[in-house]
Amino acid sequence: MKKFFNSEDLENYRKEVREKASRFSTLITVCQGGCKAFGSEEILERLSSEVRERRLNKKVLVKMAGCHGFCERGPLVLIFPKGIFYGRVTVKDVPEIVEETIVKNRLVDRLLVHSPKDKEKIPLIDQIPFYKRQMRLVLKHNGRINPESLDDYLEVGGYSALAKALNRKPGDIINEVKISGLRGRGGAGFPTGLKWELTARAIGDTKYIICNADEGDPGAFMDRSVLEGNPHSVLEGMIIGGYAIGANEGYIYVRAEYPLAIERLRIAVEKCEATGILGENILGSGFSFSVKIKEGAGAFVCGEETALIASIEGKRGMPRPRPPFPAQSGLWGKPTCINNVETFANIPLIILDGGGEYSKVGAEKSKGTKIFSLTGKVNNTGLVEVPIGTKLRDVIFEIGGGVDKGRTFKAVQTGGPSGGCIPGEYLDLPIDYETLAEVGSIMGSGGMIVLDDKTCMVELTHYFLSFTQNESCGKCTPCRIGTKRCLEILEKITRGEGEEKDLDDLLELAKIIKDTSLCGLGQTAPNPILSTIRYFKDEYETHIKDKKCPAGVCKALIKYYIDEAKCKGCTLCAKNCPVGAIAGEVKKKHMISLDKCIKCGVCLETCKFNAVVVE
Amino acid sequence: MINLTIDGRDIEVTPGTTILHAAKALGIEIPTLCYDYRLSKAGACRICVVEIEGAKTLAASCATPVSDGMNVKTMSDRVISARKIILELLWSDHPNDCLTCEKAGNCGLQTLMYQYGVKTSRYQGETMTKVPEIIEGGAIYRDTDKCILCGKCVRICDEIQCQYILDFSQRGFKTMVSTAFNNPLKESGCVFCGHCVSVCPTGALIERASIRKARAWETKKVNSVCTYCGVGCSIEVHVNDNEIVRVTADVQSPPNYGSLCVKGRFGFDFYKHPDRLRSPLIRDNIDKPFRKASWDEALLLIAEKLKQIKDKYGPDAFGFLSSSRGTNEENYLAQKFARAVMGTNNMDNCARVCHAPSVTGLRAALGSGAATNSLDDIEGAEVILVCGSNTTEAHPIAGLKVKKAVRFNGARLIVIDPREIELVSMAKVWLRLKPGTNVALINGLLHVIIKEGLEDKEFIAQRTENFEMLRQVVEYYTPERVEEITGVPDGKIIEAARLYASTKKGMILYGLGVTEHKSGSYGVMSLANLALITGNIGRPNAGINPLRGQNNVQGSCDMGALPDVYTCYQRVDNQEANKKFSDDWGRDLPSKPGLKEPQMYRAADAGKLKAMYIIGYDPATTNANSNFVSQALKKLEFLVVQDIFMTETANLANVILPAGCFFEKEGTFTNAERRIRKLKQVLPLPEGTKNDWEIMCLIAKAMGYQMDYNHPSDIMDEIARLTPEFKGVSYDRLEGDGLVWPVWDKEHPGTPILHKDIFTRGKGLFNDLAYTPSEELPDEEYPLILTTGRILYHYNNASMTLRCRDINFISSEGFVEIHPDDALNLKIETGQTVSIISRRGEVQVKAMVTERSLPGTVFMPFHYPDVLTNRLTGPGEDTLALTPEYKVCAVRIEKIDDKESLRGAKRRGNL
Repeated sequence: MKKFFNSEDLENYRKEVREKASRFSTLITVCQGGCKAFGSEEILERLSSEVRERRLNKKVLVKMAGCHGFCERGPLVLIFPKGIFYGRVTVKDVPEIVEETIVKNRLVDRLLVHSPKDKEKIPLIDQIPFYKRQMRLVLKHNGRINPESLDDYLEVGGYSALAKALNRKPGDIINEVKISGLRGRGGAGFPTGLKWELTARAIGDTKYIICNADEGDPGAFMDRSVLEGNPHSVLEGMIIGGYAIGANEGYIYVRAEYPLAIERLRIAVEKCEATGILGENILGSGFSFSVKIKEGAGAFVCGEETALIASIEGKRGMPRPRPPFPAQSGLWGKPTCINNVETFANIPLIILDGGGEYSKVGAEKSKGTKIFSLTGKVNNTGLVEVPIGTKLRDVIFEIGGGVDKGRTFKAVQTGGPSGGCIPGEYLDLPIDYETLAEVGSIMGSGGMIVLDDKTCMVELTHYFLSFTQNESCGKCTPCRIGTKRCLEILEKITRGEGEEKDLDDLLELAKIIKDTSLCGLGQTAPNPILSTIRYFKDEYETHIKDKKCPAGVCKALIKYYIDEAKCKGCTLCAKNCPVGAIAGEVKKKHMISLDKCIKCGVCLETCKFNAVVVE
Repeated sequence: MINLTIDGRDIEVTPGTTILHAAKALGIEIPTLCYDYRLSKAGACRICVVEIEGAKTLAASCATPVSDGMNVKTMSDRVISARKIILELLWSDHPNDCLTCEKAGNCGLQTLMYQYGVKTSRYQGETMTKVPEIIEGGAIYRDTDKCILCGKCVRICDEIQCQYILDFSQRGFKTMVSTAFNNPLKESGCVFCGHCVSVCPTGALIERASIRKARAWETKKVNSVCTYCGVGCSIEVHVNDNEIVRVTADVQSPPNYGSLCVKGRFGFDFYKHPDRLRSPLIRDNIDKPFRKASWDEALLLIAEKLKQIKDKYGPDAFGFLSSSRGTNEENYLAQKFARAVMGTNNMDNCARVCHAPSVTGLRAALGSGAATNSLDDIEGAEVILVCGSNTTEAHPIAGLKVKKAVRFNGARLIVIDPREIELVSMAKVWLRLKPGTNVALINGLLHVIIKEGLEDKEFIAQRTENFEMLRQVVEYYTPERVEEITGVPDGKIIEAARLYASTKKGMILYGLGVTEHKSGSYGVMSLANLALITGNIGRPNAGINPLRGQNNVQGSCDMGALPDVYTCYQRVDNQEANKKFSDDWGRDLPSKPGLKEPQMYRAADAGKLKAMYIIGYDPATTNANSNFVSQALKKLEFLVVQDIFMTETANLANVILPAGCFFEKEGTFTNAERRIRKLKQVLPLPEGTKNDWEIMCLIAKAMGYQMDYNHPSDIMDEIARLTPEFKGVSYDRLEGDGLVWPVWDKEHPGTPILHKDIFTRGKGLFNDLAYTPSEELPDEEYPLILTTGRILYHYNNASMTLRCRDINFISSEGFVEIHPDDALNLKIETGQTVSIISRRGEVQVKAMVTERSLPGTVFMPFHYPDVLTNRLTGPGEDTLALTPEYKVCAVRIEKIDDKESLRGAKRRGNL
């Protein structure tokens, strides 16, 4: 590969790359992130061979891309420059796409997104409601560029922020980041510029910069998608960060469960090393920087910065008390700056457009955009990037398309397993660090789980607590034993053995755990308990006093029976019951034996007449 | 300075102080469970939380530094209720077992439950009792059910002991402290230092030996000194009802500051072993069996026999061997007995067979035969050169200091050793020389230093002499030539020389791998050359420091238990000294230096020496060529042995006198850093035994010489009167951590660093030395080199350590280390019994195939009575001090099948 000795080399090469790209009139991208599990690799291969066989390959460029975010519709095939959006594509659709759309310039209707309201087809990506209400700055190039190609990143302007930054003083860069108002996207929202300044000012010859890519929240995949879709944007932010704080060595701590992210990061690092974007005297600036990738073993707590540092040092990932903060004494006792993947990916934008311009987007105290992974009982699941301060309602109902037909929205859980549940009355609140905290939740790294009326809040809390308890590092007493005891009380309630004093005990314990735990994991672990008791206390009380689960989830508290008025005696339920708990003859009313029933819900799903009732 | 308010009271403290310490300064005690000032701050138990005004959450006071204007409440309602709930949580996962728990009365959790009035826990749930009990069977009893995961054991193992055996495993509620793969401690690399036990706040880790022996409040603590090596650790012996319950160490007291090795902590129960000698034993000649005798009869017999022999053959027909395990006072009396009562200078002690070359070599170079610096100095050294010392096994606490210097203070380590000892793993340079080539190697280092101009020219000019001769001699020792002799690659020699010469904090530590050679004294002088040429002497964190083998090697020599000197090396042939002692003791003392120990055996074998008195020493096991020693001892007309157990040597005696062990007497020991420390009586003397000093006084009296002392302190007063370096020493001044001699007067604080401004002999002397090979080198018939040494778990002839249950559990069998190349040639596998044969004898032992030893070299420890290694050793002797060359002799190995091995062993009397 060509080596760039200065920014001129880089710009000249960029021109070459762009010139090459302009030779193609059409670009087709196929997402190659999580959708690989849905056969997107075969789609890509088939598309390439189809284009080749039809001798279109001089004009049509087919390439892999990262995640587009609209995972509900994946695998996706996008056709540029128009921006035609085909979803849920299978290999079988490929010849048709080429024949119809590429050759004949016609749309394949069945692959298009249709408006939920009037069922009108929406052919272009920019018109799809899921994308229309988003502001994709960080994810801008996700889905368009090949994450394994440095050329692609350069084509869209990559590393021009680095070149620009290296021409300025480190202090200016820090200032720019401070002006931008960027806050850490890992969850706590600490001002990034200030963190950089603290590390830059800390005394020490050797400093480190670490990218926290230990995304551990179940259901969250923002960082993964950025790493898989645009790894260079993170590297660029990191190199600029290293320059600003005076670090010559960086670590990316990424969980081993993200093999694709690791592979693409490796490729990105290798290409940067080969071209001189990483290494000695980067672009002739005199600044040297290298990056090492450290694979984590999948402990949730290693997302906590001191545990992460311990893990890089080869120790068991356990948090230690702060202060000293990593900015003073971090990796191997040296001043260390740790930022999250998404935070770094924002840096090139700030450098290119200036902190002032960047700060025009967002809320008063929190600038820029935030990516959320929207999951749960919502129609359009996927990655959503919106300006901070966007209303919850807009994200869930406009972008997310609301909850399933026939269901009602109950709450939204933000901030991962240690976040809180926000009920419908707060849907018009803006999403920002402070507001979410006020209503008992957190921004976290961007998990957003939509819950509907079929979600039992006690059971949900139990689920989150079992996660945090399992992932507690075991170091401090309140987190190790306290969360276990909370979990046991919750279990007791879901089993129908709850007593009235349990709620008081739970609340008291939750508050003490929050008040006395060593690290963020323990301090936030009780959030699901506190927020659900705050907003859904009646649901707990129904479990405890009436021994009933209103959402029909807690097995010990529900009964399945057959509504005789509705049962047609079709025998379908009896045939499907795995334990033979349903008796009845053809065209006669059926009955469920409560002794035998294991409450698996198969009868409920199979009955075509809504005759199975849960209570 | 930082100003803050705690519980409404203002205080000013230095930045970085924790809230816990600031509160303590105000007399406010905050409870802790996981905190230990020596360890990194864990902030794990959360019992020490306090409320800081304006802070979102409570803060762990042990880990939170103060800041200006902080307003702290340590006992607010919020704090108290948090602490109570934390106690409830801990209790909810803890067996309600205080009635039978060893720790009751001294348990951190129990104490806090009491203080906070927490009777029980409202949380009833799963407990960690699901973990199957860990069956260890060894010295440390682990009960993970009682573990509160404070992590002190993990941290002390890592941060103080540098051993890294324990860590947390699992996650969440299932988190536990375990070894790698949860192996039993014995299979985990644990060295059983027991420091984890000493910091455990609950009953999760306890000393096996203490189980059901006594509750905390029933024991009394007696300060004493460990006797298992020359480090001389301070110990606290916990006693109840005349039984030792456990041994711990005071974290404030040098040189060990709370650390102990397996022998110090767990090697105490020998004192109550049924094998203890409880009555004098007598026989007319050594072919007859022993019979019990009264003390009166035995003492009278000895007095008569010794008088007879003195009258018949003259005073020099008698030889006295005292022990480096004995106290200073006993050694002093021994030489007084030999000189004043018997009228001979045939006085020696077992330092002869270990560190006599140190005395000879260091006296020749520097004027004083002692370590120049303190053990504490190790930790601050920048470069440490360890030569011929398996420090972490033979002197574990000194070894620990080396590890800490490297791990925590960035010291660079040079190891000179043919074996791959533990310290090699952390060495910057390892010079793996062929056994017996020390002088050549060190000459090589000197050559490089001079050639590259790295010597300290100013120091050489002002404080040394004979440099020019040294320069000429070492000129020959180019790295290439030295590589040929020693087998050490020339590049490594250059690297080590540059490294050692690069600092003014370069410390030399050495052991028997230097002294126990034909050129032992020369090896010591060579090391002194190295220290002198770089000016690394007379300064803190530098110097040349022999690590003494037995606990009182330093003291027994200081006390004049040597053939040529009185106390502190005052020569017997110096008229003034001779007169001083003659006047004080009221007898004309002989002025001709006496026989050294090996000369005594030769004299006995030749029929010239007729009687010997041996105290606490087993030369028939531990002396080189022990078959010859036994043969010589058998030829004596009269042999008195004084010991606590029957030994190979005692078995050759006419009279055996049962003595008290170190738990049963008072006196002083002097450790390797010249620290004189007081031994306090822990247990009463067992019935039928007497203290060594009392026995000597009684015999002297029976022979018509008055030695009247009421207490060992009287003996020390006499030593102080006759010894300038001890002038300021007295028992009242030795309370606490003792004194480091020289102590020139009653106000003098002691002298941790020798040769600061002037060497004892005036100028430091460069001894120009050429390399001479070992006495017995391998040949066709005996193709392998045998080298011998200590292992961690045993002490000397193991008469004590093998009788300690927990040590025996770990190591009870001898072995020979064979390199895989040799093993392959001989078709030997680990565990097979092989015969090791030298020109002097043969032993059978189990093989251990390992790369620790060089090809062509085998290693054997010498501790085990069923593998008498010293039947093989000899014939070399240090040219000057006559110390046997234990480290090099030629052997061959014969493979034998098991049946034959058993027959052979029986035939040779080994079984």
